[in-house]
Amino acid sequence: MLPGNFASLMIVTRRELGAYFATPLAYVFLVVFLVLSGFATFELGGFYQRNQADLVTFFSYHPWLYLYLVPAISMRIWSEERKSGSIELLLTLPLRLSTTVLAKFLAAWFFIGLALLLTFPLWITVNYLGNPDNGAILAAYLGSWLMAGAFLSIGCCLSAASKNQVVAFVLSVSACFLFVLLGMPQLLQVIDGVLPQKMVDGIAQLSLLTHFDAISRGVLDVRDLLFYLYFIACWLVATAIVIEQKKAE
Amino acid sequence: MIEVENLVRQFGSFTAVDNLSFKVEPGEVLGFLGPNGAGKSTTMKMLTGFLRPTSGYVRVFGVDMWQNPLPAKAMIGYLPEGAPSYGEMTVAGFLDFIASVRGLRGDEKKRAIAVAAEKIALGDVMFQSIETLSKGYRRRVGLAQAILHDPRVLVLDEPTDGLDPNQKHQVRELIRNLAEDKLVIVSTHILEEVSAVCSRAIIIARGKLLVDETPAALQARSDSGRLDDVFRTLTGGV
Repeated sequence: MLPGNFASLMIVTRRELGAYFATPLAYVFLVVFLVLSGFATFELGGFYQRNQADLVTFFSYHPWLYLYLVPAISMRIWSEERKSGSIELLLTLPLRLSTTVLAKFLAAWFFIGLALLLTFPLWITVNYLGNPDNGAILAAYLGSWLMAGAFLSIGCCLSAASKNQVVAFVLSVSACFLFVLLGMPQLLQVIDGVLPQKMVDGIAQLSLLTHFDAISRGVLDVRDLLFYLYFIACWLVATAIVIEQKKAE
Repeated sequence: MIEVENLVRQFGSFTAVDNLSFKVEPGEVLGFLGPNGAGKSTTMKMLTGFLRPTSGYVRVFGVDMWQNPLPAKAMIGYLPEGAPSYGEMTVAGFLDFIASVRGLRGDEKKRAIAVAAEKIALGDVMFQSIETLSKGYRRRVGLAQAILHDPRVLVLDEPTDGLDPNQKHQVRELIRNLAEDKLVIVSTHILEEVSAVCSRAIIIARGKLLVDETPAALQARSDSGRLDDVFRTLTGGV
């Protein structure tokens, strides 16, 4: 008896997650993420100088951290399978392609979630120093994780597009940067005069930054959550299509 | 039984597999021969459900590979070319993963892994990570994962490529033993392999089927009785 879809999903996710910890990659990533997020919060964001009991400075740097760190995680997800040929093994097992695509995404997403959870000393610090709105902080954590998932889904797709991890990394950073850029006021001002207002608004809505803005301040809007989930779903469907297309190579 | 009907695969304007049809019955060991680039691997990839044919069918014991991929794939054990696996995993961890995906649980899973490890003589490397193993051992790991679930069909793409003579001998022994109750398809460009293990041989070149007969009949085609000569005569011109 073959395992059901959910059981298969769990089996593959567990293997993928285990693969992160079998190499030093996981530990390097965790350390780099923690050091950089600490540096951004305290040095760049002036955590103490602001003299406010919140983690806004911490979260506001997350898009910029994810821009480089998430592609570093996602670059190997499919390109390594293709390079080593193990993709042929994986896709001839009795698994649906959708199960495999989702499992690989989930494993990486849980891993990034772990990195986020390990920033808990900051949360303890801010609670020790003052009385922050812990609900807002929780919401911001959730939003940050969702945004990481959005970056990750782009990375998954572009990792499937190349056998070369470095190429996958560069493509992913570029694509992620584009989706951050779309929400920058500087860019919007430039296109404001050229395109109709509705299109400008639409473009701004596609930005990962626009949707994170409110969340980083602790305002959790269902529309922002749905945006991230749709965004992830679209890129994962694209991933499956790219894999199917690239099999012939 | 495996039925391949009018199988075609095109890459752009290039036709890698051109209207290939054949049937394989349980108990047969089919040698799939051809020069490099003849379309052997492409055919293997379609047989196992990795590549979608441009047209034509693959049926595994009556189950269509593209309409009903999961049950069809479940009946097959496949060793892809080069025996790829996950280098960072231990042999035991890797086999456990494959067994789980194949739907084996608990004691049944433990037994299946023990049986495969015993058959392939993997006992002493079970807890080493795969990337530290020699080429021969990696090939054996690939074979072990292919037979774990005791499949009715075994598809082996170049199973002895790059092995030393002793290892080749071992793998062939293994294929012969496995063949008793299974349907085996072995792709190779090593001709000695065909007379050593196969009960039937198919030669393809440029994606087309040239010959489908027993190794003995194939040998009889040449005055010298050597398969090399037959092979060269058949495929040299194309």
